Amino acid sequence: MTLVERLAEAKRSGDCQALLDIIPYSRFLGLQGRASGDELITTMKFSEHLIGNPALPALHGGTLGALLESAAIFELLWRAETIVLPKTITLTVDYLRSGGPQDTHARSIVTRHGRRVANVRVEAWQADRGTPVATAHAIFLVMRE
Amino acid sequence: MSSDDKPSEKPLRVSRGFVDHIPHNKALGMQMLEFKRAEAVFELPYDEKLVGNPDTGVLHGGAITALLDACSGAAVFAALTEWSPIATLDLRIDYLRAGEPGKTITARAHCYRLTRNVAFTRAVAYHDDETDPIATSMGTFMLGTKPGGPPKP
Repeated sequence: MTLVERLAEAKRSGDCQALLDIIPYSRFLGLQGRASGDELITTMKFSEHLIGNPALPALHGGTLGALLESAAIFELLWRAETIVLPKTITLTVDYLRSGGPQDTHARSIVTRHGRRVANVRVEAWQADRGTPVATAHAIFLVMRE
Repeated sequence: MSSDDKPSEKPLRVSRGFVDHIPHNKALGMQMLEFKRAEAVFELPYDEKLVGNPDTGVLHGGAITALLDACSGAAVFAALTEWSPIATLDLRIDYLRAGEPGKTITARAHCYRLTRNVAFTRAVAYHDDETDPIATSMGTFMLGTKPGGPPKP
């Protein structure tokens, strides 16, 4: 099966974890997906290999960027009627506070989904949803090749 | 001799720590190739666990984000004459083309402006030819943030 077929299969079965597990890098980061009501929450389970500053300790900024980008991609895959693997055009991450050694959750909002381009805003938080650790906006190419 | 030409011993001593003592850099398999005068060069060898598209074998953008973030942060340290804790404020990455499967990605970052509070960086990620980039980034870093201590040499 091709990637798109496997993604479509995971989507049909309503299993967002299966959707995440298809991507090797998502497994490397330890991402977990959960659909709760209307929301799709992507969680990066804490693991020592995500640490960027062992003295604080704090998560590596790259892991937060990767979580935000992945969460945006999963939102697009989950919501889209036909599956196209979104290609990131640009990603802008605002780092608001250091991420502690604990699970980090992310939630995306598709602000515009056009024929060729989708704009997505993403927010990541840890224990307190009202206190985000990082936010991002990303633009994706979402057209068939 | 301009102040730019003075070797800054302190940052150089922490240089090896960027990989050896930062678990995520180590997990990604990053290496630091250069660290001098507001510039840093890192490389990220190809690894199947970092793939974003299993059909094509192309690396996930997140791995490139981590590489550019780490390399840009190192460029800030390379610009400092005295060690100071830093924190990324923002990082914008433009993905210009897909990386090629099996090939190492190199990143070169330059801290092109350093003020008392903020450092500004530019970086480029490429395979063999810096003029044919895979991704470019612009970042800002806050200086003198909550001390966590430098990476150990």
